Amino acid sequence: MQVSSTLDEANPAAAHSSRTWSRAFQDIAQAARQRNLWGYLGWQDIKQGYRRSVIGPLWITISTGVMTLALGILFGGLFGNPLHEFLPYVAVGLICWTFISNCINEGAQVFIANEGLIKHLPAPVTTHVFRLVWRQTLFFAHNLLIYLIIFAIFPQPVDLSLLLVVPALALLIVNAGWASLLVGIISTRFRDIPPITGNIVQLLFYLTPIVWSYETLINSESAVVRERAVLAQLNPFMHFIEMVRRPMLGLETNPTNWLVVGAITVVGWAVALFMLRNYRARVSYWV
Amino acid sequence: MVSIDVWNASVDFPIFDAKSRSLKKAVLNKAGGKIGTDSKVPVIEALRDINISVAHGDRVGLVGHNGAGKSTLLRLLSGIYEPTRGHSRIVGKVAPVFDLGVGLDPEMNGIENIMIRGLFLGMTRKQMESRVDEIAEFTELGDYLSMPLRTYSTGMRVRLALGVVTSIDPEILLLDEGIGAVDASFLAKARDRLNDLVKRSGLLVFASHADEMLMELCTKAIWMDKGQVRMQGPIRDVLTAYKGRDPYEHMSKEGLERLGHGSPASAPAGESA
Repeated sequence: MQVSSTLDEANPAAAHSSRTWSRAFQDIAQAARQRNLWGYLGWQDIKQGYRRSVIGPLWITISTGVMTLALGILFGGLFGNPLHEFLPYVAVGLICWTFISNCINEGAQVFIANEGLIKHLPAPVTTHVFRLVWRQTLFFAHNLLIYLIIFAIFPQPVDLSLLLVVPALALLIVNAGWASLLVGIISTRFRDIPPITGNIVQLLFYLTPIVWSYETLINSESAVVRERAVLAQLNPFMHFIEMVRRPMLGLETNPTNWLVVGAITVVGWAVALFMLRNYRARVSYWV
Repeated sequence: MVSIDVWNASVDFPIFDAKSRSLKKAVLNKAGGKIGTDSKVPVIEALRDINISVAHGDRVGLVGHNGAGKSTLLRLLSGIYEPTRGHSRIVGKVAPVFDLGVGLDPEMNGIENIMIRGLFLGMTRKQMESRVDEIAEFTELGDYLSMPLRTYSTGMRVRLALGVVTSIDPEILLLDEGIGAVDASFLAKARDRLNDLVKRSGLLVFASHADEMLMELCTKAIWMDKGQVRMQGPIRDVLTAYKGRDPYEHMSKEGLERLGHGSPASAPAGESA
């Protein structure tokens, strides 16, 4: 295990040498170099959950698929959206949301759940975050199969802007990194945070346009509904999901989504790095 | 060159009880003002004012009573705990072997567990793949390696873990006691591998209660007492002071033979800490 070699000239007098930016960045760089480890563990985590089951990880796909179908038919009917538009819409939204919510909820446990490893093996703390995000990315890949199946049944008018999916997913993953790191550090210190984040994430599922369409509401005849719909713009998760969803459904790109996500990426990482700098060395004391 | 240096290091554990670990107390305290020492988290001083310098080639034994801070010190030297006060600098790849069971997953089969344990000890996937056969042979587990670990007996688990641990190339090897607790017939075989491992490593720190093993593997020693370093020096001197008698006096015959009959392991060139 590659362990911190303090590169800043070993000056025994330097105060608080473990709380430096360079140590924080080193932590991430070393974790990134250990992709053998977290890569293998991430795969094993997935295989692990489905050991002895006949179709194994395909259950991930099937359960998301059933959910998509049920919610799509139910809410499509309620809001009067045509199924051939609404099913792909729900599918993409749900796949993204699963990724986001899992990264936050499991992020809250990312250090607590790895107590044994943290106390016995020296590793950069972000190794555990990499493992989590990698595992969720693999989940996401399994779920993409649903999009492909639905796409085959109800082809969408996608064009070259579909290529935007690549940077969109990259941004989504990068943001998952800071979110799980930040929630993870705070939760390790304050054990009330995991249930709180759990509740917030649950609530946000309904406030984010996943099983309902923002455009349906904003064009609604009722002024009250239109007013509420505008409020949805304030929900950062909407921008993440729209950023990924629009190219996948062949909808026009909305630059606002990208701007908001870009800003969140910068601010989020700044905060997470600050926390990493100050509390990286405390994590092993807190777990 | 590998080395570990620790200056005036202390390790303080905050003890959060269920209440103070929660936000409630932090928030309520903010609102209601501080109430005496209540707002402070109690702290256990596990290590105090540790000054240690271990260089390439050093073989250091760690002795002391239960709760003296040996395991915590090993964790400090491995970089798991960074000192709450003072400083530490670790140069080199650390392979800590504190608990043979950690990182083993009962649901995975033997081969997968070998892989994971090796990766955790800092090996790459390729390195591990090239060593799997050799480890499998050593463990004598045969077809069992494709079975989930939960079907293994305790002894079989130890063989597997020991097989992996002794196959790595550590720069800094940190061993905690218990590694010697293997069944007798297997021990002879494991001992050779353990010795080889120690020889391959650039630096060893070994915590143990077993005099013979300490004398065999180490040249220097550190005596820990109540979280502080009580004494550092050549292994024989420290053991004599710690036990109140020369370690050679009460050693078994075969132990003496292995050590070359009473000639104390010669101290390495460097100064003896």
